[in-house]
Amino acid sequence: MTLPLVEQFQYGLDAPICLTWELTYACNLSCVHCLSSSGRRDPRELTTGQCRAVIDELDRMQVFYVNIGGGEPTVRPDFWDLVDYATAHHVGVKFSTNGVKITPETARRLAASDYVDVQVSLDGATAEVNDAVRGPGSHATALRAMANLAAAGFRGFKISVVVTRHNAGQLDEFKAIADRFGAQLRLTRLRPSGRGAGVWDELHPTAAQQRQLYDWLVARGEQVLTGDSFFHLAAYGEALPGLNLCGAGRVVCLIDPVGDVYACPFAIHDSFLAGNVRGPGGFAAVWRDSELFARLRRPQAGGTCRACSAYDSCRGGCMAAKFFTGLPLDGPDPECVKGHGQRALSAAAGAPWPRPFGDHSHRSRPVPVSIGRRRPPDRACDENPLAGFTNKKQPPKEHAAWRDE
Amino acid sequence: MPATGGAAGARAGIGFDLDRAWQLHPQVSVRPERFGALLYHFGTRRLSFLKSPALLTVVRSLADAPSARAACEAAGVTEAELPPYAAALRTLAASQMIRAREDQ
Repeated sequence: MTLPLVEQFQYGLDAPICLTWELTYACNLSCVHCLSSSGRRDPRELTTGQCRAVIDELDRMQVFYVNIGGGEPTVRPDFWDLVDYATAHHVGVKFSTNGVKITPETARRLAASDYVDVQVSLDGATAEVNDAVRGPGSHATALRAMANLAAAGFRGFKISVVVTRHNAGQLDEFKAIADRFGAQLRLTRLRPSGRGAGVWDELHPTAAQQRQLYDWLVARGEQVLTGDSFFHLAAYGEALPGLNLCGAGRVVCLIDPVGDVYACPFAIHDSFLAGNVRGPGGFAAVWRDSELFARLRRPQAGGTCRACSAYDSCRGGCMAAKFFTGLPLDGPDPECVKGHGQRALSAAAGAPWPRPFGDHSHRSRPVPVSIGRRRPPDRACDENPLAGFTNKKQPPKEHAAWRDE
Repeated sequence: MPATGGAAGARAGIGFDLDRAWQLHPQVSVRPERFGALLYHFGTRRLSFLKSPALLTVVRSLADAPSARAACEAAGVTEAELPPYAAALRTLAASQMIRAREDQ
């Protein structure tokens, strides 16, 4: 007998199954929940040559495909060249876009490739709900891109939705949009990462919405993708399709625009930084030899969650969600379906949240005010004008992410 | 026990023709891992798993074997051990990871 796959994956793979590669921090939008706090290009971003060297490595390591994102990756002038280079080197590409560059001509070109998949982001079935999060006009841009892809005959492209309190009631409408364009719906979890940390309190689904989401997903099975992001909901009972495991550093990772390698796309923070692709040995050395990844591949203790009957299902939930809400990594997920996360958050109220790392937000374009960014006061009675700023001064290193067991 | 990912993996090998010649789909990439291998189909964009190194040997030798049965025998799979291999191959065929060869 061999171990179940989930056990095998816990100990890591020789190379990632897929990895997320954010090509640029530049973006035409300023989504309030952006995981990578994108907006402005970073002058240290990898050059075309360095990107090609990464692709060569991924080819050698037999990484099947990369999820390219950003920022808005298509605004990089060499984006299409890099896509062609990757697919010519046996590395499939799925890229996430807000649709800004998906013209009819581009859509036809994409439809002609077997090795490129497209994921258009949409966070509201209606412009009102979408644009409050993604910015004015972004709903129209996304729908135009989808229409162009559909008209070009691109079947099965993805429509990717971050589930929030405001769109959790629109799941059927999202599915209808996907069906209309011959696309596949993908729902993912809102993480308190990047700018998402500032809006998570107000935007993350309520407990009741979370339950409805779970039931809706179970009923649709493999018709709807989730990027395996809702594995914490497995604690309700039946697991959702996919890998019900935190894959960080084990089967997935993130390469950011400057070549830094993080454990997962939701953990852009010093505590989860494994190395840089420009270092000796390149990406392969980071994947194989990083101390952080070695720690992640050891069996996790489970901490306070061990005693819970659901631990084998949810495995304590999402590392990044815990970290960025100031919860211990060996305790419950902030959205634990048993309510343990809510209790932990209440108990930790006032404790500083780790500061998101590497902000590339547009300086001159604040996010829409219709969704507030304000956090609740640190303490109910806190009227000090500096209240709320204390957590921003917390040096990242002080939050030891890992405890050796 | 060899099996592939997917709900159908546990089912019996009914419907899989062990006596036909098979091959990996040309759009499938195979990556060996400690537990067996990962398979990725670039056409369907689906991932599958081979849960044992022996099954990997079988899958890799399909294209040069006169039949799936012969590929199993060459990999040291005995008659008694065949059913789970047939089940795994059936799942791979159902997900288009392998397909019958035209050359016979």
